[in-house]
Amino acid sequence: MRARGQIVGVDVGGTFTDLVALDPATGRVRLAKVPSTLDNQAFGVMAALAEAEVDLAALDLIVHGTTTTTNAVLERKLSRTGLITTRGFRDVLELGRRTRPQAYGMKGSFTPMIPRDLRLEVPERMDASGSVVIPLDEDALRSAAARLIDAGCEAVVVHFLHAYANPAHEMRAGEILAEAWPNDHVTLGHALLSESREFERGVTAAVNASVQPLLERYIRRLTEELTKGGYGSELLVMNGNGGMVSSRQVAREAAKTVMSGPASGVMAAAYTGRRAGIPDLITYDMGGTSTDVALIRGAEPSVSNEIEIEYAMPIHVPMVDVRTVGAGGGSIARVNAAGLLEVGPESAGAAPGPICYGRGGTRPTISDANLLLGRLNPAKLKSVEGGVTLERVAQIFDEDLGAPLGLSAVGAAEAVIRLANIRMAGAIRMVSVSLGADPRDFALFAFGGAGPLHAAALARELGIPRVLVPARPGITNALGCVVADLRHDFVTTLNTPLDTLDMDLLGATLTAQAEEGAALIAAEKIEVRDIRRIYSVDMQFMGQTHLLRVPLDGPEITRDALRKRFEEVYHARFRVDLAEIRAAVVNANCSVIGARAELDLSTLIDPAGRKPTLAEAETARRPVHFQGAWHETPVYWRDHLPLGFTLTGPAIIEQMDTTILIEPGDRAEGDEEGNILIHVGAAE
Amino acid sequence: MSIDPITLSVIQAGLQQVCDEMDLSFSRAAFSPVIAEANDRSDGIYAAEDGALIAQGAGGLPVFVGTMQASTATLIAMIAEGRAAAPKPGDIYIVNDPYLGGTHLMDVRFARPFYREGKIFCWLSNTGHWPDTGGAVPGGFSASATSVEQEGLRLPPVRLFKEGGLDPEIYAIICSNIRVADQRIGDVKAQAAALMVGEARLTELLDRYGDATVTEAIAELRTRAATQMRAFVAGVPEGRHTAVAWIDSDGVVNEPLEIRLAVTRQDEDLVFDFTGSSAPCAGPMNSVRATTLSSVYLAMRHIFPEVPISAGAFEPLVVKGIEGTFLDAHYPRPVSGCAAEVSQRIAEAVFAALVEALPDRVTASPAGTSGNFALGGHDPARGRDFVMYQLSGGGYGGNADHDGLANGCSTIGISKAPPVEIMEQQFPVLYHHYALHEGSGGAGRHRGGFGLDYLLELRRGAARASFVMDHGRFGPQGALGGGDGAPNAVTVWRGEEAYTPGHLSKEQDIALAPGDRVHVRTPGGGGYGDPMTRDPMAVAEDVRLGRYTTEQARDLFGVALAGTPPLPDPEATARLRGG
Repeated sequence: MRARGQIVGVDVGGTFTDLVALDPATGRVRLAKVPSTLDNQAFGVMAALAEAEVDLAALDLIVHGTTTTTNAVLERKLSRTGLITTRGFRDVLELGRRTRPQAYGMKGSFTPMIPRDLRLEVPERMDASGSVVIPLDEDALRSAAARLIDAGCEAVVVHFLHAYANPAHEMRAGEILAEAWPNDHVTLGHALLSESREFERGVTAAVNASVQPLLERYIRRLTEELTKGGYGSELLVMNGNGGMVSSRQVAREAAKTVMSGPASGVMAAAYTGRRAGIPDLITYDMGGTSTDVALIRGAEPSVSNEIEIEYAMPIHVPMVDVRTVGAGGGSIARVNAAGLLEVGPESAGAAPGPICYGRGGTRPTISDANLLLGRLNPAKLKSVEGGVTLERVAQIFDEDLGAPLGLSAVGAAEAVIRLANIRMAGAIRMVSVSLGADPRDFALFAFGGAGPLHAAALARELGIPRVLVPARPGITNALGCVVADLRHDFVTTLNTPLDTLDMDLLGATLTAQAEEGAALIAAEKIEVRDIRRIYSVDMQFMGQTHLLRVPLDGPEITRDALRKRFEEVYHARFRVDLAEIRAAVVNANCSVIGARAELDLSTLIDPAGRKPTLAEAETARRPVHFQGAWHETPVYWRDHLPLGFTLTGPAIIEQMDTTILIEPGDRAEGDEEGNILIHVGAAE
Repeated sequence: MSIDPITLSVIQAGLQQVCDEMDLSFSRAAFSPVIAEANDRSDGIYAAEDGALIAQGAGGLPVFVGTMQASTATLIAMIAEGRAAAPKPGDIYIVNDPYLGGTHLMDVRFARPFYREGKIFCWLSNTGHWPDTGGAVPGGFSASATSVEQEGLRLPPVRLFKEGGLDPEIYAIICSNIRVADQRIGDVKAQAAALMVGEARLTELLDRYGDATVTEAIAELRTRAATQMRAFVAGVPEGRHTAVAWIDSDGVVNEPLEIRLAVTRQDEDLVFDFTGSSAPCAGPMNSVRATTLSSVYLAMRHIFPEVPISAGAFEPLVVKGIEGTFLDAHYPRPVSGCAAEVSQRIAEAVFAALVEALPDRVTASPAGTSGNFALGGHDPARGRDFVMYQLSGGGYGGNADHDGLANGCSTIGISKAPPVEIMEQQFPVLYHHYALHEGSGGAGRHRGGFGLDYLLELRRGAARASFVMDHGRFGPQGALGGGDGAPNAVTVWRGEEAYTPGHLSKEQDIALAPGDRVHVRTPGGGGYGDPMTRDPMAVAEDVRLGRYTTEQARDLFGVALAGTPPLPDPEATARLRGG
């Protein structure tokens, strides 16, 4: 392919489809934001391409983040899928692990991925050592397949007990189904995840199978539309691990795309942070209904193999570890029976949404509080359909919150923001502590529509010294598509005490993983400038159930060095030395990353549009409420800010896709790439 | 009141955060899977003067909701009376005595005084379930124990850590009396480290807001939590709301134990009167006072999850009439069943008493047993002894909103069951099936959830099977006209001979040889509302999915089904339902 050609990143979110088109040769950037078309996301993608006036024939690469599979799983709008499993175990997918949705409250329900009548059993059994107890009944398998086809199933999962120990029966079933099943939507449980735990492995396989036909159809439709438009090059799709995969291969492991959107945002953060010289970040993506948080160390996002995307819905493939921590701009504030203010967990969502959306919302939300405090531009209310006035918002705050709390409407709004920030800071802290990190060692990377409005306050609360706001916080996911690398992750289970581990075997395993990854990357038609290999082992003390990831410098390490390194990592995490107890190596991991050509992001905000002085970038002044008082506050238009500006709070910086709040006492400065860095408390 | 409501909310969130971080630290560093995976632990902050609960981690095991303040209160009283050593900074007390504000012996409590300016400001405490504390059987759940000495090592409050250092002498005594002692040091260090994390975080909170403000906030939050609970209590209709719940037997004497409960609203309090409940029993199905109170609190929190866990929230809940009953057992009554089984039956009595009064909030009775099946023996292939636990869920009760959940966790727990694959990796057993207990959900407008049905075989060596379960004689109660869930059933197959334990759900040491099998079917949840009003299409769907038979549809729900797939016959259904 042609090097350094035009690239498009396009991300389909729940509400908007965002696009970034970048021409590395000229530095020209075009952006688009159009409503998502959730029934067929391809229309939204085409509309975004049209809005950005992208010449498809001249385009070299499209990288696509899609929520097709995410929505299908969360709304259970799945392809009709059958399960063929070991006799006696068809209910594993329905029984789960004996849990309930909340610690308190005996209500709640759960819908299994595959209904009971489409879960069929065949005689076969392996034991835990992989020995055959009952041979596979191939006739029973064929007739089960026939029944599922008759029942209208489009995809099938073969999930046998202990297939991770010996996949022979699953592989034989795969051979039979290659002939007996009318298409290639056959998922073998061990192929995606070769680890014990039948519920988790089974759900992962069931998710994969039941979104596979949907994803394939969608990719086909999109490819057709793109071809019609004159596009003749490669389409890549974002995976949940933050790497791209070719659209021809993506459906085979469709489950890996379920967290594609959030992962691409984190990848953009890692990229931006590395170029800005701030490689350790906590990402903070606050939208209308929820807030996502992830941790990035050394420009590498934290990856987990054990993500549960909702209650009893584990997807155990390596994915960027993005945690949803609750509140969004639509979170509702109320006063409870104890006379105490609460914010969330109830949310006004997108419909009816906050009062200020004018879509019929009548309950006070975080967004409404920001409006009353002047942090969001009250002038925007005028463009709202429902004709909501600031007075009306104030009246609701006064009645619902102010009166019972003994505060004015503005006082109540300030309280809502303060409490929401404390809660979000607490949730962010829990995420970072659970990953063994002290938030004070990180910078906060704020994006999403509402992230930059709260980021500085959260950072202050968490003791985080700096906040990084990228050039285009509202289209970060699309940008993640543009900058993402090719990536393959490998996990091999060893489960051996360190004392008896064959260290040569460990080295050979890691080396083989690295070679396989490099070969896969070489097979893609994408230019890479560098191949990176990240090695690690998952370890634990014998008898323990939690795993700790121990990074390695390369595939070779001595036993003593590994023991020492594990003990260091353990101590750093738990402040406990356990020399008394033996350690074990559970997994050997290697991630192989094909890094693409470096992209200059300084044109995300058009340099020609920047004004020479700060004063010229100022668009207005308005009273904004901070720390108990109104401050006459300058408002700047971000695209007009001079390169390398410095300003001190209070200030508001507005741009097309977000509003950035610079609080009194903080100092903000612009860098060459168009980022804004807020130094918390630097001007106090 | 001088403290503003916002500062109050902020300090409340801060205190909660301290506890949640202790919970997280404890679980992450713990060795015992019971703590690390099953979260059978809890951490909190307690008042210096009386041990009253200030805040407790949201992810703690529900049964500890009220026991830890009782334990801390007892410790404070014993120090004052000179029955426990006086504290110094850096000390950590260890205690597991059930009669001193505890549950069973396996729940080991640590308590650390938190000092500010040389004075105890509050106590930080946590509980963790240790895999073993000695006694007659590994794990401590002996179905036939008749005194607490048979259940394990009982520790009064002693300072295991003295001024920051582990006392090797006390630790040596503990290790000499428990099984798998070599791994306990990991749990001990994790449990202590969690208290250190709490200390550091609480210090930050106090430094930021000031000791006086936080003290004032704690008092105010307590008052307001009580106000909040009273607001809910006010919604309970006047009158006497009664229920009876039964425990199959105590494991020793084969007679049911009865929990009699009458709930009445008196002014702003809700009074739970257990007068008339059975006398203390010979076997281990006794409860201690702290656990009984905690069971009432956790049941109320299941009904009103909005109320914070705080001493104030418990204030309007008055428990009486337990003196002289098995719900307030004293030394040396055996108590191993109190935390896992009796507590759930107390919660069931609360649900059953209040479901008609609060029909939108309360569900029909859940399965309510931990389904504890222990298999201990020798594995010749590995040349070692083993003890295996299979804990099981059961169906939840139908409720105003929907059918009950299948295979839910025990009312007092939040832990996951181990996968079959892991069990077979570790122990010489083979599961023949692990399935839905068909037909077990109690009939109702919203039916109960289904229990679990498993059959496993001993593959080699020799082993002894023990059961501490419940609801074998009586199924979980239906509500508002709903039917009871199916009872628990245990069958042991020795060769071709089927054996049913005399106590149905409890027995100790049934000898098994290779090829012998154990079949367990756990209870379904109670049904909610008249089953004759259940949507016939929902009944047809359950039959189509094999959850009930066509006959059950007819007999339990009055729905006549015909055809494939089965669909309701409207006329025949109308006849069955009496028009």
